Amino acid sequence: MSELVRMDASAMAEALRSGGVSSVELTQAHLDRIAEVDGPVESGVHAFLHVDAEGALARARELDAARSRGEELHELAGVPVAVKDVMVTRGMPSTAGSRMLEGWVPPYDATVVEQMRAAGLVTLGKTNMDEFAMGSSTEHSAFGPTRNPWAADRIPGGSGGGSAAALAAFEAPLATGTDTGGSIRQPAAVTGTVGVKPTYGGVSRYGLIALASSLDQGGPCARTVLDTALLHEVMGGHDPRDSTSLTDPVPAVVAAAREGARGDLTGVRVGVVREMGRAGHDEGYQAGVLARFEEALDHLRSAGAEVVEVGCPNVEHALGAYYLILPSEASSNLARYDGMRYGLRVLPTDVDPAEVTAEQVMAATRAKGFGPEAKRRIILGTYALSSGYYDAYYGSAQKIRTLVQRDFDAAFEQVDVLVSPTAPTTAFRLGEKLDDPLAMYRGDVATIPANLAGIPGMSLPVGLAPEDGLPVGLQLLAPAREDARLYRVGAALEARLHAQWGGKLLDRVPDWTPASTTGAPA
Amino acid sequence: MPALPREEVAHLARLARIDMPDAELDHLAEQLTAIVDAVASVTGAVARAEAESGQPVPATSHPLPLRNVTRPDVVVQTLTAADALAGAPESEDDKFRVPRILGEDA
Repeated sequence: MSELVRMDASAMAEALRSGGVSSVELTQAHLDRIAEVDGPVESGVHAFLHVDAEGALARARELDAARSRGEELHELAGVPVAVKDVMVTRGMPSTAGSRMLEGWVPPYDATVVEQMRAAGLVTLGKTNMDEFAMGSSTEHSAFGPTRNPWAADRIPGGSGGGSAAALAAFEAPLATGTDTGGSIRQPAAVTGTVGVKPTYGGVSRYGLIALASSLDQGGPCARTVLDTALLHEVMGGHDPRDSTSLTDPVPAVVAAAREGARGDLTGVRVGVVREMGRAGHDEGYQAGVLARFEEALDHLRSAGAEVVEVGCPNVEHALGAYYLILPSEASSNLARYDGMRYGLRVLPTDVDPAEVTAEQVMAATRAKGFGPEAKRRIILGTYALSSGYYDAYYGSAQKIRTLVQRDFDAAFEQVDVLVSPTAPTTAFRLGEKLDDPLAMYRGDVATIPANLAGIPGMSLPVGLAPEDGLPVGLQLLAPAREDARLYRVGAALEARLHAQWGGKLLDRVPDWTPASTTGAPA
Repeated sequence: MPALPREEVAHLARLARIDMPDAELDHLAEQLTAIVDAVASVTGAVARAEAESGQPVPATSHPLPLRNVTRPDVVVQTLTAADALAGAPESEDDKFRVPRILGEDA
């Protein structure tokens, strides 16, 4: 592995500016790394669904030429990025992990893709994900799971497991994600990387293939808090093409990360959410996760923060509310896959093609195009929205949403940020929860409340669980529009942990060993 | 909690326009019953919250208190017909070609 791929994005940017490396060299080093570890599908990391080597090198050459002409370039110009396959890219396949969109080449770019191109980021390719972002393991990808670079038999989280694994395997220094119930934060936690779900509306949803529109939020993924902030500022900002986009300026997250890196949190009030893993509320939380979380609290205290426990009682109902609201919105959003205008079309085999109706084609197409989890959630949403159940289920879930928001509002009157473990456990084994949807859903218990309330959240690595040697993530939450607080506190904690470890957690990721293809879960 | 019988799941699958063989319906009915059982606690939680406060809890459909968002009505670049049709399963004369949509039972 070239040492280039181990650098932070901020260090790559600096080396590009000083002329120490070219974008072509950096891009080639990452393409080589992808070729080394990403395949084959049966045993490689499989973080990528599509690699655009030719396009990436062509873009890198353009940027190197622009730099040599003395053109003024964005700070990150020439740095490679991996793009989650839920973000549409003009001229490049965008499947969202579904057979429904296999082979579809979008005729337009998502706003975030435009923003990254304008900043001179070099798109390496598209990353694997659970189908239409439904899942916590990437096992629901129609194209085969991604493997965790820490251990090939473990899940990399989901839905954005491809992006997180690409970072942890040094296949890309920056990546994008979308977070509807934790799809940025949970993969970050289980791969030892950093991910941020911005305030709802902080990053444009235009061109992000929709799952649940009142919850979906695009955001940045990277290996350090500062790198995450650098990408956040590229992706953020108002977009007139997204009517739910915030009109506020992008929060100054890079400045916050740099300030936080000095390690001083004097006067910062940190609230530990009682209902997310504290005594009496720790059912399902792994001992090693709680132990690393406690140590992180000690670091926050020694940085000068005041750490108190706060109650958010309604977050205990958030999981139930989420798994009513999400399927309801998803069943509506996924109605667009009807086999008529783009994507898959399947003709039923038992009907005369001359007599076949649009409705029969639609039902055959959706039967073939959607995987089991997508079907489960579409049917569940159809149920929750049907007359007779609507008030009891969807209506109650919306009221829980209000109660969760009120809990957070009250908590943020007492403290500046909230913390919890990001996920109750480290990465579980591939196949372990595949046919037990409820067990899979319960892993989202700590990440979901932020999506219901629209507040920003970050996951950053706080060590390895002693019992399995796998990464543990800490979640930070802040009030809406206060994304910068995540970066200040996150960078301070990261600085103290790096000092304790004498480096980064990812320095300890083992050399990639492909999965055994005999007897390994499919 | 009401279990979701197979007939009801079959009805929902028809509403959602997904062909589903019997074996899949059985499996899904079992899983959905467990999921609905687990999430149905929201109804009781809301009832308790409303009883405690003596106030109805308003519903939240969206995290931001947004009102209608408008933009100036100006002509901008849009997709060409060729771009829009490029991903179509079938097209003809600059239009999507689809199976017949009239004369169905449903």
